[in-house]
Parts: sequence; structure tokens; C-alpha cells
Amino acid sequence: MQQFLTTALTGLTLGFVYAAFALALVLIWRSTRIVNFAQAPMAMITTYVALVLIDAGVSYWVGFVAALVAGLVLGAVVERVFVRPVEGKSEINAVILTLGLFIVLHALAAVVFGSRYRSFPAPFGLHGFQAGELRIALTGFGIFTIVAVLVVMGLLVALFRFTDLGLKMRASAFNAEVARLLGVKVGRMLTLGWALAALVGSLSGLLIAGGSLVHPSYMDSVVVYGFVAAVLGGLDSPAGAVVGGLLLGVSLSFVSGYVGSELVALASLVILMLVLLLKPGGLFSHAAERRV
Amino acid sequence: MASLPLPLAKVGRSTLWQSTLWRHLLLAVAGLVVVVLVLEGTSDFRNAQLAAMAYLGIAAGGLTVLTGLNGQISLGHGAFMAIGAYTTALLYQGTEPVLPVLGVLLAATLVALVVGAAVGVAAARLHGPYLAGATLALAIAVPGIALFFDGVLGGEQGLNVRLPEVPGWFADILFFLTAHDVSSSKYVAYIGWLSLIVTFVLLANLSRSRVGRIWRAVRDDEVAAEIAGINLGRARVLAFLVSAACAGLAGAVMAMAVRLTAPSGFTLTLSLTLLTAVVLGGLGSLLGALIGAALLTFLPQVVTGVGADLGLSDLQSAELTPLVYGLTMVLVILLAPAGIVGSVRGWWRSRAEKAHKPA
Repeated sequence: MQQFLTTALTGLTLGFVYAAFALALVLIWRSTRIVNFAQAPMAMITTYVALVLIDAGVSYWVGFVAALVAGLVLGAVVERVFVRPVEGKSEINAVILTLGLFIVLHALAAVVFGSRYRSFPAPFGLHGFQAGELRIALTGFGIFTIVAVLVVMGLLVALFRFTDLGLKMRASAFNAEVARLLGVKVGRMLTLGWALAALVGSLSGLLIAGGSLVHPSYMDSVVVYGFVAAVLGGLDSPAGAVVGGLLLGVSLSFVSGYVGSELVALASLVILMLVLLLKPGGLFSHAAERRV
Repeated sequence: MASLPLPLAKVGRSTLWQSTLWRHLLLAVAGLVVVVLVLEGTSDFRNAQLAAMAYLGIAAGGLTVLTGLNGQISLGHGAFMAIGAYTTALLYQGTEPVLPVLGVLLAATLVALVVGAAVGVAAARLHGPYLAGATLALAIAVPGIALFFDGVLGGEQGLNVRLPEVPGWFADILFFLTAHDVSSSKYVAYIGWLSLIVTFVLLANLSRSRVGRIWRAVRDDEVAAEIAGINLGRARVLAFLVSAACAGLAGAVMAMAVRLTAPSGFTLTLSLTLLTAVVLGGLGSLLGALIGAALLTFLPQVVTGVGADLGLSDLQSAELTPLVYGLTMVLVILLAPAGIVGSVRGWWRSRAEKAHKPA
């Protein structure tokens, strides 16, 4: 019982982080039909930005906000400089480009910040609380993780539902040509979309790092889990990405707790394969649309 | 292959050169001569580097066929190399190896082929980013298997691989040709390069054959290919299979050259590095794959040297190499998507066309 509860709660917390990361992938996929594999090292870089600031003596929260802003800027720059030329061209080129960026950012971080493990602080406690006989593994930082992801999701929903800007972004993603004819500056919307996605990605980077160790490849497996979560949800639906992230977080946590942490990546591969073969449109798809 | 204007191809070309098989065999023999000359003329250290170039070349050759000819991308070829390498390590350790070297190489290829078939059946239904994501998961998942079954597969420390003994007949032939004795590390380099030549001849023939044409047709237009009676799934699975088998063979050579098979040797970086080699050389070109492999092997030394000159620490300059890989990958995609070989060919062709235009 104790182990079951701990595993489930750990999985749920992790699930929220995967959900955020999957959401970042989905945002970019919807607007540009590119899966941004470089999302992981981008989040890693912004986490390092926070770490450098915190090590220099500023408060955790200043570092936190700085990392999110850095994510926003990095996302915009990456879209404008590197991705714009391959948008709408062969999908293999886009995949290779994001992988190239993956390697570049990785190496850059190792050169600038060093490749050793560094510990990253957490603003809240890392211990669960006791309820009678049971130890509840929901830590202060875990609650913060869940709240932070929920807040960001709420803000995104509000942006896309209730603002003019959100409407324009949806229009550009839905049909760039028509949106352009109606006077929407589509290029600017795409840049903004990438910037927002990178911000959400940075958030998940910060949440994974909190209270644990940071090194240049600490986000590498997260990009796989985020991708699997996004595919679980259909790769096109933000809500699906969130549900996919939670499902994946809990399932992987059980694999890690009851089978072996070495097989977590293999389990995610198996889940991905099953979804793609049985329900390629994601768990919530109805129509038999060919996308894969 | 560069398609020259027809009249030019007919003039001054023997029929031997026109036959695909004979042309490839002639090139293979020429390659063999170059290999013997280079391996005999260089030090043991260079031989070890050349062995590394051989296994990277084999894996890159397989990948370039998959990505360039069939339009499928794989970020998981490091995983297939791991499968080949672990097969080799299991079959070829201790004093009494189960199989001779050739048997081990074939077994490693076969195991990778079987796993590749399983993955390929699933992969054939995916394309673009979906396939990339799935194979990325494969690359991350496979090292975990070695850690989980640490009783058999050695866990973090990995498995040691025997240094192959030079067989008497091989030493005799080489002594007859070159009047040199063959050291074990030189023998491994020979194993690597012979494997590379055999693989490349097979791949080159395959790409010029009916199968290669089918792969290209599937890459260029799925619908048209299907209307022409091509079974898309079968073509894709076959391409994946061939490619995985090459990676398995590469892994086997790698295990013999490095003499150790451990999870740390098969990181995501290896898979991405192979992709760099293929993109750099030009997708679909075997020559490009070889050039890419050469750059992967010899560039690190140069770049690390430059880094040291710039006053960076050893650790930092070691990271300059992937930085250069990544930057070239991005620049190639943005500026010259055809890669080195493709760009040179394009330039050559446009020049030839200009020269043939009537004044």
C-alpha cells in the first residue's frame, strides 16, 4: 500500500511535468507541423540560466522568472533564424534541423557551463508528510509543480480562447493562407507560438531540475517521454497532451517502482508503438484519419 | 550515380564499365588496393582510427540507404549497433570463442536483422517526425536493457571482447604481398575495411537494382508507387531491415576494435552522430557516407587541437567536436541540403551542361 501510494503520487507529479513538455511540443506541431526535438536542450539551457543566477546569489524566484523569459527569447530566435527557412519544406529536413540544434545546444552548454553534475535548489520542501501510518509522498515541491503547470495551462487556455492575439494565432495555425489574406501577420504569430512553447518547455525543465541534479543531457529522456505523451493525446490536441502526460507519468512510475528504473525508456517505447499501431490518432481519436 | 548525357556515356566507355556489377566490383578491387596500401603505410594508432572510420562508414552506409533512398529517418541506429556489439561480445569472449570471426560478424548482422525486422514492421507505418520520435525512443531504451540484465550483459561495466588472433593464412597472404607481419590491431582494421567493402558493393548493387528503384519510387511519391503495384509496407520494411543489418555489422566491428561493449558506448550522441555523417556527405550517397565517416573520425583531433590553442580546458575542447557536428548539420540543411557529394555533383552537372550547350 505504502509503495503503491508513493509510486502513484510520484508518477502524478512527474506526469504534470511531462504534460507541460508535451504541451510545448503540441503547440509547435499545431502551428508549424514540426516536432521540435531541440525543445529538451532549449529547456536545459534556460535552466542553466536560472542556476547561474541563483548561484550568483539572487533569489530562486528571480532565477525562475529569468529562465522563463530566456525561454521566450530563445524560442523566438530559434524560430526566426533557423526554422523559418525549412517551414513547409520536406519534413525530414525539419527533423534533421531540430536534431542539429539539439547537438549544438548540448555542446554549447557543456562548453559554457561545464558537463559535471550540479545540484539545483528547490523553493519548497522535498519531504512528504505523515498521515497516521501512511507516508504521503506528495512533497511541497510536488504541489508547487502541479500548481505551476495548472496555472500555465489556464493562462494558455485563456490566451487562445478569450484574446484577439490567441484568435490570430489559432487562425495562422489553422490556415496560414486565409489568415494572411485576412490581415494576420502569420510569420509573427508563428514566432510567438514558438516563443510560448519554449516558455512552457522551460517551465518543465525547471520543475524537473528542482531539488535534483542538472547536467547538459538531463532533459534528453524527457523529450522522448514528452513526445510519447503528445502522441498518446494525438499530437494535435493540447488537452490530449495533458491527459497523455499524466497517464504516461503514472505508468512509467509504476514500471520504475515495480520492475526496474532501467526499463522506463523501454516501457515508453512499447507504449508509443502500441499507440501508433492501434490508435495512430491518439487515445481520443474517432475518425480513421491517416496521419502517421 | 551521376547520369551523364547519353552520347558521352557511350563514347570511350568499355562494356565492362557499363555493367553495374562489374563496375562496382572493379571499384571494390581498387578500394581494396587502396586499403592495403594505406593500412600498411600507417602506424598502429592510425590503424585503430581507420578501424573506427570503417565501422562508422558501414553504419552510415546503411543509414544513408534508408534515409536517402527510402526517405525513412532513423535516430536509432546506435541501438542496432549496440545489438550487434553485444552479440559479438557474447559470442566472442574468453579463450575459446564459440565462432570464428566471420561467423561472429554474420551472427551479429543476423541478430540486428531480426530485431530490425520487428522494429521495421512497426516503423513502416510511420513517417517523418513520428518515425524520428519512435527511433529516438529506441536509441534511449536499448542501453537500459543492458543495465537491467546486468548478469548476462555486464551492466554498467559492459563486456570485454577478445582480440581476434590473426589466422595463419591471412598473415601468409599479407606477408607475401607486403613483406610485413600483421599485428592484431591491424588485423581488426582489415576486418573492418573488408566488411565495409563487401557491404558497400552489396548496397551499391541493391540501390541500382529493381529494389533500389522501388525504394526511390516509394520515397518520391507514395501514391504513384502504390498505383504502380508496389507494396509500400514491404518496401519500407526491407529498407529498414537492410539498414539495421548494416548497423549490426558495424556494431560487431566496433566491439572488436574497441574490445569493450558497454552502454556508455551507445548513447544518443552516437545515433545523432551517424545522422550527421549521412547528412554531411549527402543523403543517399555511399561515397558521402564514407566522407562523413572520415570527418567523424578525424575531425575531433583537429577541433580539440584548435580548442586547446584557444585556451579552453581539455573537457571544454572535447565538447567542441559535437558543436562543430551540430553546426555543420544545421548549416548543411539551411545552405546545401544535398550535402557535400550532392552539391559537388550538382555543380559538376551544371558545368557539363554549360559546356555542351551549342555556342
